[in-house]
Amino acid sequence: MSDLWPRIEPLLAEVEKPARYIGMERGSRQPAWAPHKVAWLLIYPDTYEIGLPNQGLQILYEILNERGDAVAERAYAPWVDLATSLRARGIPLFSVDTHRSAAYFDILAFNLSAELVFTNVLDLVDLAGVPVRSEDRTFEHPIVLAGGHCAFNPEPLAEYIDAFVIGEGEEVVSEITEVVAAHKRAATLPGARRGREAREQMLRELASITGVYVPSMYEVSYDGPHIAAVTPRYPEVPAKVAKRTVADLDDWPYPKQQLVPLIEVVHDRLNVEVFRGCTRGCRFCQAGMITRPVRERSAESVRTMVREGIARSGYDSVALTSLSSADFSGIGDVVGDLVTDQVGTGQVSVSLPSLRVDAFTVGIATEIQKVRRTGLTFAPEAGSWRLRQVINKLILEEDLYAAVDSAYANGWRRVKLYFLTGLPTEMDVDTLGIAELARNVVEVGRKHTKQASVTVSVGGFVPKPHTPFQWFGQNGVDEMQRKISLLRDDVRPRRGGTGPIQLKWHDAEASFAEGLCSRGDRRVGRVIERVWRAGGTFQEWSERFALDRWMEACAAEGIDADWYVTRHRSRDEILPWDHIEAGLHKDFLWDDWQEALAEHGLPDCRWTPCYDCGVCTDLALEHVVASPIPPAGGSQGTGQQLVDVDAGATAVRFLGRKPAGVQ
Amino acid sequence: MRGGASYPVRLQFAKTGKIRWISHRDTARAFERAFRIEALPLTFTQGFSPRPKVSFGLALSTGYESDEEYLDVSFSETLDLDKLPARLCAALPTGLAVTGVAELDERAPALQEIVTVVTWTVAVGRKDEVALTAADFRAGVDALLERDEVTITRSRKGRFVQDDVRGAIRQCVIVDTTDSDNDGGVVCELETSTQPRGAKPHDVLGALMQVTPAVGPLMERRVVRTHQWIERDGARVSPLDADTRRRVVMARAS
Repeated sequence: MSDLWPRIEPLLAEVEKPARYIGMERGSRQPAWAPHKVAWLLIYPDTYEIGLPNQGLQILYEILNERGDAVAERAYAPWVDLATSLRARGIPLFSVDTHRSAAYFDILAFNLSAELVFTNVLDLVDLAGVPVRSEDRTFEHPIVLAGGHCAFNPEPLAEYIDAFVIGEGEEVVSEITEVVAAHKRAATLPGARRGREAREQMLRELASITGVYVPSMYEVSYDGPHIAAVTPRYPEVPAKVAKRTVADLDDWPYPKQQLVPLIEVVHDRLNVEVFRGCTRGCRFCQAGMITRPVRERSAESVRTMVREGIARSGYDSVALTSLSSADFSGIGDVVGDLVTDQVGTGQVSVSLPSLRVDAFTVGIATEIQKVRRTGLTFAPEAGSWRLRQVINKLILEEDLYAAVDSAYANGWRRVKLYFLTGLPTEMDVDTLGIAELARNVVEVGRKHTKQASVTVSVGGFVPKPHTPFQWFGQNGVDEMQRKISLLRDDVRPRRGGTGPIQLKWHDAEASFAEGLCSRGDRRVGRVIERVWRAGGTFQEWSERFALDRWMEACAAEGIDADWYVTRHRSRDEILPWDHIEAGLHKDFLWDDWQEALAEHGLPDCRWTPCYDCGVCTDLALEHVVASPIPPAGGSQGTGQQLVDVDAGATAVRFLGRKPAGVQ
Repeated sequence: MRGGASYPVRLQFAKTGKIRWISHRDTARAFERAFRIEALPLTFTQGFSPRPKVSFGLALSTGYESDEEYLDVSFSETLDLDKLPARLCAALPTGLAVTGVAELDERAPALQEIVTVVTWTVAVGRKDEVALTAADFRAGVDALLERDEVTITRSRKGRFVQDDVRGAIRQCVIVDTTDSDNDGGVVCELETSTQPRGAKPHDVLGALMQVTPAVGPLMERRVVRTHQWIERDGARVSPLDADTRRRVVMARAS
């Protein structure tokens, strides 16, 4: 009855990568539906290969399916070829687990990990047969939910998403399930109201759950272009929505059965999260700010998850994930154990996707990558010491060269460096410093091998909400392109041909559209809707992106894109996300912004006294760190040195743009 | 134990249902993971990047099903072959099922070299709304088989090449003309050679349409590889019986 498979399968012979749509991964479920159960469709609004590995989605999939009153299935954005043929035949969005129509679910829950997927969210709601705007939905339609990092500025999607989850989902999904289950039960009683009012009542109850933001419960008033106030419409609706945070990761050893895809995906390995949160305080990094405080998993729990995960999945590699894995207190011991305790049939490789830049870290990398030692990635992020102080990424040049020297001495052949351009206070001397660092890295490598080369990836900086840089006016397209040209000219070999430095850069036009969504308010929603209606889906994919479509949409809606993207904000301005609380006090962020402009770094509070950012005190939580002393080799004091052991682990922001490893 | 003892085994397996949409390479990875899940004592290639010694037979196109696929794998110690199919079935995705195993001779030639004939069951219909009749299809097959050579353009390793397909077609027999699930259609049994250059059912339909355009735009509705054969001294031998010793064959479901 509800199985769409017989209608979908005949379309698969004509589409790219048909296995994206079959499900059947090891670890996937065929949950038993029942009328009283709340059915969740967890949707990743990008391709299967990008979405399948998402740990947040997999964690909720397991937690919900363990409940007696819920079922959870998954969906991913069908690529343009299949989406077109589904629409032509009137076939709706479907789950990959049982191939049920999305319309059968009570909740469509979207994972928002990047702003440029927003148009896909509208597209998928529409493909599900649900009105794209919240106001047009009735009790018969699913509740449209969204969570993930981009939910920390929910305003651009406020007219389209019924409710946002702010922060971590492990606990709140159960509370949401209970509210929806009660309303489902009530709706079956004789004389029950089932219209718009019933939906409004359910949304009001959802708005009372801590961490749930229901945009339609808030009135936004404007004073000219500026926001004058954001006011709750009912007394029980909180004026500010606080994020959810789980206290102890050891209580949540998920995913227990990580999905093992049948086709190649990004991060195609066992992933075990070793800690959440980061207090290194890189000022450009939204993830580090909004996921505080630091909560480590115990070393024993990490070992168990790795051992069981490898045995169950058949993977031959495991990544210990976090925002800076070398900061994990037990890193040396755990890595040592993993390497000696060759699990399963042996030949298991370990990777640490985010490490600091220092010799200690390269030492660990060397220990774990006994085979397949190909490339190491370091992320100094800025080309000069001055600018690295501004962004609070305090890597000394000597640290970088020592790390590179050690990498080459240990047999690595390729070094990648990640940088941002368009950072606050950046001058041309800083931009050109990127080329200078790259040349010096090549020199260091040449001592070991004539073939030494370096790949330099440059991303355009997009200021993010809830960071000290949220007030900064992003560089416009022309300025960002000028800086990239400057760099290109500087690294181009004098005598032609390809030199030892390969430069890759992020499309400045895509950064501009990202900036509009990142710090937009409710009025930007109509721009997103227009871009979607004009066919602008999969905007993370360079071959599908066109800034013209965005600018035309802005013009049609009377929106001045520059006002949102390149304008510096003032201290007293009400920011569109001020009623969403990530835990960091606005005063703290402002002070840190001033410290940045004064070129002052700020120490990591895990090993130095608290400077009261607000997170621990407001959440009544503490950093959970096993060791009271900084990890060995942390020579830089506050250094935020990140290194990436290159096992297919590229910085997330490049994944969507360069689907090279995916295609 | 690198360079140590080696016990080669040949596996026969089926690939049916939704899993037909994964590629040959994906199938290989699913097996390698199943071997690791069952902690089987694999042997590895020497070198910088050791790989388990597994050698797959003829590739099966994405979207095709098969009752009979083969792979050879080498273990570092002897195993209870009776239990092996069930162990692997539990570790493999639904739709991939090990149906037989046999101990393989140490120096058995590679599957890709010695399998010379394969048989297929192909359900054919028309891409447009028109029903395909058995008479039209039979006429098309006859016209195709009368030719000595039919050259079609097909893509091989990402390049378009001109290949004769007729040489690879040994037989094509219509076995069913009542395809009741669909509006009209024909089921045929096709036998093709794999050497020097094979032909997929897709290529055969392409050649048929080229010779008889009036047969209409044909499409494969379902393709199942039913057998693979090694030809030796004028006889056909199953790969489970060639160069092997002890064999364990599972009862086929249905």
